[in-house]
Amino acid sequence: MTQYVVLSAILFTIGCVGVLTRRNALVVFMCVELMLNACNLAFVAFARQHGNLDGQITAFFVMVVAAAEVVIGLAIIMTIFRTRRSASVDDASLLKY
Amino acid sequence: MNLLSQTVRLVEEGGAAPVVSPDTGAGGVFDLLWLVIALPLLGAFLLLAVAPFLQGSLKAAADKHGHLVGTAMSTLSFVLSLVLFVALLGRGAEERQIGQHLWTWFETGSLSVGMDLLYDQLAALFLLLITGVGSLIHVYAIGYMEHDERRRRFFGYLNLFVAAMLTLILSANFVGLFLGWEGVGLASYLLIGFWQHKPSAAAAAKKAFVINRVGDIGLSLAIALMFATFGTADFAGVSERAGDASQDTLTALGLLLLLGACGKSAQVPLQAWLLDAMEGPTPVSALIHAATMVTAGVYLVVRANFIFELAPIAQTAVVVVATVTLLWGAVLGCAKDDIKKALAGSTMSQIGYMMLAAGLGPVGYPFAIFHLLTHGFFKANMFLGAGSVMHGMNDDVDMRHYGGLNKAMPVTFLTFAMGYLAIIGFPGFSGFWSKDRIIETALADNLVVGLLAVLGAGITAFYMTRLMLMTFLTEKRWAKDVHPHESPKVMTVPLMVLAALSVLGGVLLLGDWIVTWLEPVTGHAEHHEPPLPALVITLIITAVVAIGVATAWFLVGKRDVPREAPQEVSFATRAARADLYGDAINDAVVVRPGASLVGGLATFDRVGVDGVVEGGSAGIGGLSTTMRRLQNGFVRSYALSVLAGALLVVLALLAVNFA
Repeated sequence: MTQYVVLSAILFTIGCVGVLTRRNALVVFMCVELMLNACNLAFVAFARQHGNLDGQITAFFVMVVAAAEVVIGLAIIMTIFRTRRSASVDDASLLKY
Repeated sequence: MNLLSQTVRLVEEGGAAPVVSPDTGAGGVFDLLWLVIALPLLGAFLLLAVAPFLQGSLKAAADKHGHLVGTAMSTLSFVLSLVLFVALLGRGAEERQIGQHLWTWFETGSLSVGMDLLYDQLAALFLLLITGVGSLIHVYAIGYMEHDERRRRFFGYLNLFVAAMLTLILSANFVGLFLGWEGVGLASYLLIGFWQHKPSAAAAAKKAFVINRVGDIGLSLAIALMFATFGTADFAGVSERAGDASQDTLTALGLLLLLGACGKSAQVPLQAWLLDAMEGPTPVSALIHAATMVTAGVYLVVRANFIFELAPIAQTAVVVVATVTLLWGAVLGCAKDDIKKALAGSTMSQIGYMMLAAGLGPVGYPFAIFHLLTHGFFKANMFLGAGSVMHGMNDDVDMRHYGGLNKAMPVTFLTFAMGYLAIIGFPGFSGFWSKDRIIETALADNLVVGLLAVLGAGITAFYMTRLMLMTFLTEKRWAKDVHPHESPKVMTVPLMVLAALSVLGGVLLLGDWIVTWLEPVTGHAEHHEPPLPALVITLIITAVVAIGVATAWFLVGKRDVPREAPQEVSFATRAARADLYGDAINDAVVVRPGASLVGGLATFDRVGVDGVVEGGSAGIGGLSTTMRRLQNGFVRSYALSVLAGALLVVLALLAVNFA
């Protein structure tokens, strides 16, 4: 049981550090997916521990939301790349104070 | 029963003030009483509210002939007053209080104020004075205002004034009196500021209005106190129940009424407006600021005799105020070079004499009214004379530029001389009889006050002789382009009539007629024996007057009068030229503290209240300016914020769970 949770925490931390440090939008995106899946792993593990299906159902929801998010996110990234020839998140900083 | 014992108590005290009990619905010619007010009111309405809306030739006709309407209304009112007076003469002394109920003005709970008129012996005399002198001045003003393009409006205001003054006099309760009181105040304001393109006239009008408001506070508070104490403000009700009120209430009532009288009659300490009021056209100065309106304070005191009789402290206050004013005004009259201001100082002083008599109780009331009437004649005469002189001198008012006008304007000179002899109290002239009796009564009452009044008579003789000499006699000191000429007939005829009245006004005293006539209104009083025989007193007064005249002759008549006022003068002269520092005192006591109070409040508002509000908003604004820097456009810094927030939430949850 502990191993699952520790693995989930490690994966989440990797994703988190990736989001904060990488500039390439695609990599940031993958790191976000990593975090989501780390959460899924934790949900499933806890569901197993408590012996009910709540956590598993939530994991399905997360997957559905993640799939929808990927569709929109990739579309945005592609549009930005087409106009700017760059996928760096730091370059897209026009919307500010 | 209560009433009966009341009467007994009053009779025992000897100074019973008569109860006003008008006999309503007297019928006959008295049913027309309301017309006396309505006629000039109609004139004012036509001239001020209808004429401006006329078109084309009608409007031109109204502007051209409007003054005739105004004069006609005033004259008709005079004729009616005369008819009423004759009818009143025909009645017995007990039946001479006539009431007329017009309509109920307002009613709430047990309180009811009617539009009631009261025509009695006192009102009858006032009616004749106001409409009579008023009509003469209307006639005079036709000539005086001939070249003024707003003559129609001027006559409208004059009619408005006459209507308001008649309301003041004829009202049977203090509320109606207050209506007239405010009405004459308004008319006075409009007429002082008639030439409002002159900043000095506009300022003088405002000054008169504001100072009068101070007095009006007194009168309105007195009315409120009457409602609270007696439940009514009718003369009849108040005079009947005055004996039931406590001494403190009556004293307060008397002092409040005195405050009102001081404002309207320019008595110290509310005297400062009268001299400035001379900025108005001269007929206005003659009618409002000499003959009628300024005497309203005297009327108020005499009318409210049922209160003053029971409030000795207030009566003493009246005497003190009057004595101070009669000397104050006389001193001002000595130093002024402006002919109208010198006459205005004299008006203050003469009203002081009337107030003095009114403060002496039933012995004095008839003489107060007598002097009021004679003063109305001779002062209106002299003001109109001064107007005639100004007319001939291109509106110059400085007496130092006059001199030798007796040849150039003989009629004005002669009529003015009649007024002059009347005011200084030359034996036989009207002022001699009226002033003499006031001083006699004052001497019998209080030696100091009486002697001060004698002194005032001496000063009066001095300044009037000075005025007379500087204007009509002595060397010519005219400006180069001035060609004095006699005024037209329309101006000189009223002068002649008023001069005749100034000479003959004394007939009212024949056989003590005016005393007997007014007795039912003012109450009967035993005369105190004066300290000296009356004849000796008269001789002393005449001697003092002669000294005053002689002094003026030696100081003014025998010397050359410089065209410019000498600047190297004594302290006394400088003080008198500065109105005895009346304005300075007002400034120091009222204006400056008021201004600093208002300034302080404004500063508190700006710094305190605005500071809190504006400081708060500025703080929020500054904070948000700093905060918006967080919105820097870098996605990764947002992500860091989200992480930090999430960690914070997790830590908080842990802390809650483990605590």
